[in-house]
Amino acid sequence: MAKPQLKRVSEYRWLIEPFGRMRVPGVIFADNILINDMDEKTLTQICNVAALPGIVKASFAMPDAHMGYGFPIGGVAAFDPENGGVISGGGVGFDIACGVRTFHTGLSEADIISVKEKLAESLFRDIPAGVGSTGNITLSTAQLDNMLAGGAAWAVEKGFGTKEDLDFIEEGGCTKGAVPAKVSAHAKKRQQEQMGTLGSGNHYLEVQKVVDIYDTQIAEGFGLKKGDCLVSVHCGSRGLGHQIGTDYLKQMASQAAQYGIDLPDRELASVPVNSPLGQDYLGAMRSGINCALANRQILTELVRRVFAKIFPKAQLTMLYDVSHNTAKMEEHKVDGKTKQLLIHRKGATRAFGPGSADLPPRYKAFGQPVLIGGTMGTASYILAGTGESEALAFSSACHGAGRCMSRTAATKKWQGSQIVRELAERRIIIKSRSMRGLAEEAPDAYKNVSAVVEATANAGLAKKVAKLLPMICVKG
Amino acid sequence: MWEHFSHQADIGIKASAGTLPEVFEQAAVALTAIVTEPGNVEQTESVQIECSAENNELLLVDWLNSIIYEMAVRKMLFSKFEVSIENLKLSAKIWGEKINQEKHLPAVEPKAVTYNQLSVKNENGKWTVQCVIDV
Repeated sequence: MAKPQLKRVSEYRWLIEPFGRMRVPGVIFADNILINDMDEKTLTQICNVAALPGIVKASFAMPDAHMGYGFPIGGVAAFDPENGGVISGGGVGFDIACGVRTFHTGLSEADIISVKEKLAESLFRDIPAGVGSTGNITLSTAQLDNMLAGGAAWAVEKGFGTKEDLDFIEEGGCTKGAVPAKVSAHAKKRQQEQMGTLGSGNHYLEVQKVVDIYDTQIAEGFGLKKGDCLVSVHCGSRGLGHQIGTDYLKQMASQAAQYGIDLPDRELASVPVNSPLGQDYLGAMRSGINCALANRQILTELVRRVFAKIFPKAQLTMLYDVSHNTAKMEEHKVDGKTKQLLIHRKGATRAFGPGSADLPPRYKAFGQPVLIGGTMGTASYILAGTGESEALAFSSACHGAGRCMSRTAATKKWQGSQIVRELAERRIIIKSRSMRGLAEEAPDAYKNVSAVVEATANAGLAKKVAKLLPMICVKG
Repeated sequence: MWEHFSHQADIGIKASAGTLPEVFEQAAVALTAIVTEPGNVEQTESVQIECSAENNELLLVDWLNSIIYEMAVRKMLFSKFEVSIENLKLSAKIWGEKINQEKHLPAVEPKAVTYNQLSVKNENGKWTVQCVIDV
């Protein structure tokens, strides 16, 4: 394939005109600096996605886009099932429905400061995290199937949290159309002891404080004010999602050719949405989404129990829960017509604007909360979906900082202990079992999250609402 | 011989050896090295692995995914691998021990093998393999 040529169409939007096998253009949202950071491999991946059958409008990349496998991380693509549109296991990735959940604590920084170390210790002790960790819940096959069909609603039934929590999760905490029978026995076995675990890598649990409010009205609507302490959890569907990804990628790679899909990259393995395998994957992947929602629901309850011991009066209430590795059937307007499209968001967040039917009544006027995770040393942001985002990129926004340096390079450059020390000087407590894991996740191995958020806001994809800084970070 | 190579989001593994079974064994050591120092993993338990695929590249993916699966469900790390391959059928015995967070200080959990930059090559009698592991 020839080298993709970028054309600037506005200050925050870039275009790659279709060439070669591309069916639609590539559209990248970024500022001058972020676009220069995107290497040729990332641009090629954007073009490869544009070559898939049934793609609608464009292959989009968010400002945090970087090289993934198959799809770029930060990639958004819509496919029309009525027009040969495909579903791609690689377009969702192995960590199905990895996402961020943020909840209020009702506490201020002043309330927490005197017991910060104790709180950090308790969270580190009681929230299972890291490689090989297991939760306290072991599920039988029948229980697992119920969990996969019920999502966070299942977890609430089992005593993890309250019904009110469900209003503040995408799709009410349960994705419809999950078919647990389409999830392999291997995938289920991998999950049996992993419910209520954080995982490893870039997953984390943070206690954060609100340091800036950009939109007072929306912040008030979301229940946020300066000085508030929040808790955010970043994790996904654990071993179950990883195994669903593995199982279906293999099948899609071997079946793609029979549907006449010539894959520009094997990792883009896809089949038509309306094929038997496409439907099987949808049923399995939706089960994976429910697993992630149930997992974050259980973790929420574990955090509540830790807080209850230290702050008996604290009420931990939901702000929102949003996933950033999904494929979802959504209604969107294309050339004036309403269509049901399958939207793949790989490392990108759904960002519905005000009035959307999926929003809880309390947020209807403000748009969907978009939760942007930073790194352990940098800010996280809360944004709100805009009306314009629908026309720009099927109501999607960035998902985080996005890496700019590989793990191998990060471990050569930094040591975990040095990072702990530097963050301690900034009064951020880090808890992790692995110093190498910390070095791999060094804040400077990521793009500047503030620049990513600025570009997202300036491009019109979402509105800035609040900035959060970490106080305590438990790394997976 | 094995090494890790840079990938912006994940970790690449590369291995070389004189025979196909040996290069698969080396790739498995590289996989463990993503998590911990392989020399620090004792060989107290063994597991049998069988897999097959339509070509050597997909066989490599299946082999490493099988190890990732055993690591996850048995909560083990592996450091010794004995592989035999015949007509795209792999049979292996792998040795390791239960993961111990204090002893192994595991850095990160491999989620799956991707098809990104996947290759199995034989040039002048030397086998080289590579792939990217999602972590």
